[in-house]
Amino acid sequence: MSSHESTEQNGSASHDWPDRYHHIDQVLDKPGPRTDPGFAPGAEVKTFLRDTCKILVIGAGGLGCEILANLALTGFKDIHVIDMDTIDISNLNRQFLFRPKDVGNPKAIVAADYIMKRVPGVVVTPYYGKIQDKDDDYYLQFNLVICGLDSVEARRWINATLVNLVDPENPESLKPLIDGGTEGFKGQSRVILPTVTSCYECSLDMLNKPTAFPICTIANTPRLPEHCIEWASVLEWPKVHGEKKMDTDDPEHIGWLYSVAAARAKEFKIEGVTWSLTQGVVKNIIPAIASTNAIIAASCCNEAFKIATSSAAYLNNYFMLIGTDGVYSFTFEHERRPECPVCGGESVDISISREWTVERLIEMLVEKQDIQIKKPSLSTPDKQIYLQAPPQLEAATRPNLEKKVSDLVPEGGEITITASSLPFSLSLKIQYR
Amino acid sequence: MLKILSMKKNQEAAAKKKPKTSAAQIRVQKDLTELDLPSTMETHFPDAADLLNFTLTIRPDEGMYKGGSFKFSFAINTNYPHDPPKVKCTQTIYHPNVDLEGNVCLNILREDWKPVLNLNSVMVGLQYLFLEPNADDPLNKEAAEDLRSRRDQFLQNVKNSMRGGSLKGRQYDNVLA
Repeated sequence: MSSHESTEQNGSASHDWPDRYHHIDQVLDKPGPRTDPGFAPGAEVKTFLRDTCKILVIGAGGLGCEILANLALTGFKDIHVIDMDTIDISNLNRQFLFRPKDVGNPKAIVAADYIMKRVPGVVVTPYYGKIQDKDDDYYLQFNLVICGLDSVEARRWINATLVNLVDPENPESLKPLIDGGTEGFKGQSRVILPTVTSCYECSLDMLNKPTAFPICTIANTPRLPEHCIEWASVLEWPKVHGEKKMDTDDPEHIGWLYSVAAARAKEFKIEGVTWSLTQGVVKNIIPAIASTNAIIAASCCNEAFKIATSSAAYLNNYFMLIGTDGVYSFTFEHERRPECPVCGGESVDISISREWTVERLIEMLVEKQDIQIKKPSLSTPDKQIYLQAPPQLEAATRPNLEKKVSDLVPEGGEITITASSLPFSLSLKIQYR
Repeated sequence: MLKILSMKKNQEAAAKKKPKTSAAQIRVQKDLTELDLPSTMETHFPDAADLLNFTLTIRPDEGMYKGGSFKFSFAINTNYPHDPPKVKCTQTIYHPNVDLEGNVCLNILREDWKPVLNLNSVMVGLQYLFLEPNADDPLNKEAAEDLRSRRDQFLQNVKNSMRGGSLKGRQYDNVLA
């Protein structure tokens, strides 16, 4: 194994000192009984982990701080982090990379600086902004993506983006996504291999729905402080401010809601309306417990390490932790949903003449043995081509029937088809002959 | 690094690239093109290219609100169907479950919304409010109280308000089609 030792010397960054990774190397120097047959112990895997592997962390909040620290300490050295938020004083109880002096500064930048100062040799590249600002090329540069998010919308976006990124001709385009989430004593971590395992969208209907109160309760029979806050935000804000949009990050807006809610609470003799509850209700803040974040982040980072190194079998594919009634955990394989709007449905390549009209294409879809769709509605990602209903939209899109498909859809473009006979949708990839 | 490369080769069928049309967009297209509305309901799109914002007109053909033409605005966000559509009545109407700002008390628009529901369920739910106004979930408390204890008066008020009359100094919109 002399060659391996010399490579290790060369492959180590200047910051590494002897035995820096002594403990981690125990699992990277030799295979165990159940390690993946593809695992190549020794220098190669270490070099990959420490010098080559580029990992993206989405979110630098409660989970993100833990994730960044864990990754840096397990030997990932090229870490990128995205977060659109700035540090709030209420974050400091658990987001341990931040100090009072950092309040108001971007989470991504402060977290990156802290990790780099604390763990020599690790480069953390921050981006202060939205995940939606970045294009496919940005996401393509990473080997792995870990999410510590608190928003369903952001998760749906990154999940759909990574599924769309997969190009069957290019195995490198498949980016494993590790998603962590917590709510009080509960949490989950999961491994998503886009287009291979079930994706985030597949499990969307498993989500707990956000707490919502009947609007008539809010209006007439408030019993809880939350009812008063919702009264202020849902009913009174639009009444008083009209079209002006409520900004839940604006202290003046929260202040207004708080005073209106407090007055209502007094009228109905309800206790418990506070500034922070007001903020929590209107921003839909779920209680965060530092130690739950620590468990889930640790689980996510172990999976990232195992996937990056193949040193042990990885999570297949959903781990849930329920700490509300004792401690209960369960790991299962969440199955793909065939009709999932993101990773499911069918995709068909078709080749048509440049002269074909939309009407001709629809006839083909209706007649073709292996497709046979009754009353298809067609659209591209940015416009409707032909909709069967409602009557107004049918009339508005009817002129397109006469147009050539090639004038509406570029070569290689996609047409999304929905129809009542399809469980969800079908996508057509158009080639012209 | 995990060799998804070789895993993928065994799964070539699954490896077709997907369109960039968002899940919300596809779902709205599906919901709208499969609407199964009775002749009493009609949608209108101010911008035919924007499927996320439109109005619904309900013209009940029976019940106390027969003869009226009631308009609701629908606003769907990109997190649909995780988030329900935002629905408001654009007229000032006298109805126990609709307040004077146009807020609607319909359970599936808030606390009972589920992604398996669709736009058709919401529209049918709205129409039901005109066939069977419900005094137990009031947003307009006076209307609910009238419906509960002074039904004749309530009927009179509905007729009057639908003509654009005023009740207790409050002017209602004329909704007679």
